[in-house]
Amino acid sequence: MIKNVMGIVNLQAQEELLSALTEQRPLASLPFGGRYRLIDFPMSCMVNSGIRNVGVLLPEHSRSILDHLRSGKDWDLARHHKGLFYLPPVRRAHGEQGGDLQNMYSNLDFVDNSSEEYVLLAESSAVYNMDFTEVMETHFRLGADITMVTSASRCTDSGSGIVVRAARDGVVSDVCLHSDIKKGEQRSLGIYFMRKQLFVELVRQAVEHGGKDFRVDVLLRAAAGCRICAHQHTGYAWRICSVQAYYETNLALLHPEVWEGLFLREGAPIYTKVKDMAPVQYLDGAHVKNSIVANGCEISGKVENSILFRGVRVDRGAVVRNSIIMQNGVIGAHAEAECVITDKNVFITGGKVLQGARTYPIYIGKNKRV
Amino acid sequence: MKTTCVAMILAGGQGSRLGALTKRVAKPAVPFGGKYRIIDFPLSNCAHSGIERVGVLTQYRPFELHNYVGNGDAWDLDVRDGGVFILPPYARDKGADWYRGTADAIYQNLYFISLSDPDYVLVLSGDHIYSMDYSKMIAAHKENGAEATIAVIRVPWEEASRFGIMDADEDGRIKEFAEKPENPKSNLASMGIYLFSTDFLRRYLEADAKQKNSSHDFGKDVIPKMLADEAKLFAYPFEGYWKDVGTIESLWEANMDFLSDTPPIDVGGRWRIRSANHSMPPHYLGPRAKVRHSLVNEGSVVLGTVEHSVLSSGVRVEKGAVVTNSVLMPFAKVEAGAVVDHAIVGQGGLVESGAHFEGTDGAVRVIGDKEVYHVDGTVTEGSGVF
Repeated sequence: MIKNVMGIVNLQAQEELLSALTEQRPLASLPFGGRYRLIDFPMSCMVNSGIRNVGVLLPEHSRSILDHLRSGKDWDLARHHKGLFYLPPVRRAHGEQGGDLQNMYSNLDFVDNSSEEYVLLAESSAVYNMDFTEVMETHFRLGADITMVTSASRCTDSGSGIVVRAARDGVVSDVCLHSDIKKGEQRSLGIYFMRKQLFVELVRQAVEHGGKDFRVDVLLRAAAGCRICAHQHTGYAWRICSVQAYYETNLALLHPEVWEGLFLREGAPIYTKVKDMAPVQYLDGAHVKNSIVANGCEISGKVENSILFRGVRVDRGAVVRNSIIMQNGVIGAHAEAECVITDKNVFITGGKVLQGARTYPIYIGKNKRV
Repeated sequence: MKTTCVAMILAGGQGSRLGALTKRVAKPAVPFGGKYRIIDFPLSNCAHSGIERVGVLTQYRPFELHNYVGNGDAWDLDVRDGGVFILPPYARDKGADWYRGTADAIYQNLYFISLSDPDYVLVLSGDHIYSMDYSKMIAAHKENGAEATIAVIRVPWEEASRFGIMDADEDGRIKEFAEKPENPKSNLASMGIYLFSTDFLRRYLEADAKQKNSSHDFGKDVIPKMLADEAKLFAYPFEGYWKDVGTIESLWEANMDFLSDTPPIDVGGRWRIRSANHSMPPHYLGPRAKVRHSLVNEGSVVLGTVEHSVLSSGVRVEKGAVVTNSVLMPFAKVEAGAVVDHAIVGQGGLVESGAHFEGTDGAVRVIGDKEVYHVDGTVTEGSGVF
């Protein structure tokens, strides 16, 4: 357990490559793994690592985030002392392009006023279950100014991101923004650990020099004089930076060792907003294999290699294969969906056949009726 | 602050007819329906009915129940002028008493009731599965100008002698009450749900407490006395699903009732049954899993076959295992190749690889919390965690 560390969850990091999935929501509230949202992963890991003071840098459209986190109770962060703090974005002058840095800057007093000596900053675009205590240990062992967490990329086509090259001793020799990351390269998971005072100074300095983006203007530029080290996370971790990555990462959960590694880590559950959905009803005609099914579903059709979110209905004779069906989706009688991602409340009417490919899944937007 | 109605849930009984399942926990804390505990039903009913001040009277093995109910936040009952209050027996300046009966339990908590000066006191049991709008019962009570109202349900005539039977006139006024009568005069069974006008109840409880030979029980002593005094007792007819789950058989049957394609209670609908949840991932069905006519809750892993069964959270059914017509409580595990039929496996219970743990219709088999059923048919205390 770590003490003396505050957490900041940065929901403003760029997210342009997921356009379809994030058109109507911040990346942090993207549904994942049957009942979670991406923000659950950094939040839960912070809490499980002992962090009790968590600020959330909100994006402009934050209703879904606020509705999800509410008082922070489901993460044990509804507290009289410390707990969850919302750090809303400031209103900018008309036409000015905003970045996450401005938001950090205008909330620096919250950081300054917190009693902790260290800060752990995490973006909300990755899926992992890790103990941040290990990150802190690496930080002290290597005598780092900034420690960033990296993980070996699992596939070649995984969108853009920050690639980190580190020497044997863990000291980072190069940090660059790549648009095409190759398999095996160490990519940043968007998690940074540093002394709080350094964070405040770097942000202030960068903003005063016209900086906009934390990764570009702080990490790539302002921190040039700092000793940046890498903590290589060896457990499961994925960055969700494209629709394809989103799809593959969800389906990776169907390997029991991945599912267990992510969700059943001893003493470290992933928390999420609790909803009192009934257990899943497997009815006559249900035929479900190698799938993850969240509560509230009613199944009378065939489901294979798929992820069903809460409240999904699969009618008689319907077939769902290699697909991700988000909350309250309905697959009508004798309809077929293969390699499909349906967003919330999608209704696929009886008899329709939708077929995407493993390498190019079809995405169907929120509330659509097919 | 004054409230209209305070609910008192009788949750202190041992539930000895549930055998191994209540060795460690009180009956109201026994898991039900894959996700719930029995007490979720009266607590959810209270919350939905607008009754926000609820006393839970505990006595037998209370830890797990106390821990589960907490401050009532899972049912949105953690409000300023209300809440869920755990009411165990307590010592006073002149000695201490256990709760000697259902009426005595309420009598000993008259002070708690007086704190919010309610017009009515609703007495509920912690061992019934049903969803009911108590506010309608309160409205009927007022309309009838009743002093006490007892919820009743029509049961099949041939089963009437197993229940407390009310004989009421056309207007619903109760004329007679008979506990398990040999020759029932009606088929209106008491559901163990009593609504009293507070002052009326107080009078009778104070009188009953002074009776040396009373068993201090509502059904046996207090209600008969009220009737003998020709008090205004009315029956409130309830239509819908209601099941007393006080025995192994009835608990198993009620679980099976929820496997119908049209479950008897819409637990996920508008009158949602709420429960205090662990944060668990969605369940996983493996490549060879076969699951049909079943309820499966979060955190479970099914690699074998499950037919017509209820699986609670964190259950594991290993490869080649076959589970039929059974109830697996939280964190139960059925190892590879084992067969479970017509059975209830308690919390953290284990059926060993290759074992056959089979009951029959009418003779359901049970292993209790943390118990292990071995291949040779013996049962031992295990070390399973839950």
